[in-house]
Amino acid sequence: MAAIDQTIDIGDLQKPWYARLFEMVRHQPLGSAGALVVLLMVLATIFANFISPYDPEAASWKHQLSPPDANFWLGTDAFGRDILTRIIFGARTALFVGFTAAFVGATSGLVLGVASAYFGGRFDIIVQRLVDIVMAFPLIVLALAVVATLGAGTVNVIIAITIPFIPQCARVVRSSALAIREIPYVDAARALGFGHFRIIMRHMVPNVMAPYLIMLTTFVGQAILLEASLSYLGMGVQEPTPAWGLMLQGGAEEFAESAPWVPIFPGLAITLAVFGFNLFGDALRDVLDPRLRSR
Amino acid sequence: MLPTLVGAAILVFFLLRAIPGDVCEVRLAGSGLYVDEAEIELCREKLGLAKPLIAQFFDFITGYFTWDLGDSMWTGKPVTEEIGIRFPLSLQVAIMATVVAVVFAIPLGAISAIKQDTWIDYAVRTFSIAGIAMPSFWLGILIILGLLIGTQHFFGTPWMPPIDYVPLYEDPLRNLSQLIWPAVATGYRYSAVATRMTRSALLEVLREDYIRTARAKGMIEKIIINRHALKNSMLPVLTIIGIEFAFLMGGLVVTEQVFNLNGIGKLFVESVQAQDFAMTQQLVMLVVLIALLTNFVVDLIYAWLDPRIRYG
Repeated sequence: MAAIDQTIDIGDLQKPWYARLFEMVRHQPLGSAGALVVLLMVLATIFANFISPYDPEAASWKHQLSPPDANFWLGTDAFGRDILTRIIFGARTALFVGFTAAFVGATSGLVLGVASAYFGGRFDIIVQRLVDIVMAFPLIVLALAVVATLGAGTVNVIIAITIPFIPQCARVVRSSALAIREIPYVDAARALGFGHFRIIMRHMVPNVMAPYLIMLTTFVGQAILLEASLSYLGMGVQEPTPAWGLMLQGGAEEFAESAPWVPIFPGLAITLAVFGFNLFGDALRDVLDPRLRSR
Repeated sequence: MLPTLVGAAILVFFLLRAIPGDVCEVRLAGSGLYVDEAEIELCREKLGLAKPLIAQFFDFITGYFTWDLGDSMWTGKPVTEEIGIRFPLSLQVAIMATVVAVVFAIPLGAISAIKQDTWIDYAVRTFSIAGIAMPSFWLGILIILGLLIGTQHFFGTPWMPPIDYVPLYEDPLRNLSQLIWPAVATGYRYSAVATRMTRSALLEVLREDYIRTARAKGMIEKIIINRHALKNSMLPVLTIIGIEFAFLMGGLVVTEQVFNLNGIGKLFVESVQAQDFAMTQQLVMLVVLIALLTNFVVDLIYAWLDPRIRYG
């Protein structure tokens, strides 16, 4: 990737917004593409009711498995539901699950990681051992184990996805926070008699925002992928809620010859969404943390 | 390694039992008919679920010392037997996926780094970013779709990979024609991750002083790349291959479902659905053990590749 000029030009701020937008697209073409996908998903989430042509849960026996045409742009599924509509509403499910899980997971990890670095000693050792244990589980295996406990359903899926994120974020944040703890202002804050809580939340957490935000965006992509996998296995979001993973259920063999559009478009939506969040996260990392810049 | 395993055992054991509901309820009340409460109690009694949790946990742990991992609460057969039937298949797919990944990742990543910022580089990077974003089960569906439509188109009759598993040594052709597809579906993501890592590691090494020295003394570029740069950039690549191998076991959970393979991933999903605690916890422990062992082996290879690293 071309080198990115990190200096902030004051003249930049006086340029009109479209000129700044153009600069951004030029410096971060991939990141801008990612941001565009993210923006599209957010718009689809907010305006799903207005832009989608049909009701996502309305089945129609008359239009079962009809191929893409002028009425049903991406065709219909085995229940005669419009696939485009379900993809648009699926964006809502994906974004809701993805963002909630990523936010809760990353934020809990943030607090845990900073606290672990700040207190050090025995607390740090115990937290790190716990992190080791949870991180020994492959993501989906742990998520499935949680679903096994709680049962399927949207809220449980969010919990199942959140739990594996916490230690991942805690580990990364801790290493940044360890460096910050050694900076004199933390000592100064303690000398002033501030409480632990205040030092952690006001003085340390804001300084590890960069790794936190980077983790957050990557988590959203991962969470969308994980939710799709769980839903595909029948242990995530349940029918009739529109979800991309759920739309792929039932498989390829059945529809291969008769209706290939059924599995193709929802998968494309998942890929595009994860792609968008990954690119966005990469660009964010380039901007926020120049040391980690992708080469 | 051992403390992590013990911790994982505690976590899994109590996690699975944290919420009411067990295999007896699923089996007896799952049909929706009226069941006698006493019957459920009897079933729990028989499976050892009526004992206090601590006693159950003790049984679970002592089982490892006597190699008695318990019986599946669903089928009633020993867990070791159920896993034993399915493990070879999953292991084979995992190994094949690794081979697929490494065979693609290292050359692609290297070319991408050497030809940085050319169209080749962009093509490889697009290929690898797509691999990370694409869900492996969707790729699996596309592969099946492609096979069906492709064979229909060219040969007139649709062809599907065989459903039943034959060991490699019995009928290699049949075995490979079944397992190569899931291996590719899981291997693509794997190779995408490894390609990115190879590229960035190699780019970093290419900026080192000793590479400049080698170039300055007029060494042939091919030797510089192969002997000096590539060799030294393999450490992080190896790490990522190790990490991903452990996670492959997770990836198989979904892929085996797509290809309808009777491996441990499918067994895991089934036992989760049936709330078969005995099976689920042993499978989770198996996967965690594989993950930890892989890390251990990677550490050993590290020391072998880079003599500067010594474990005291």
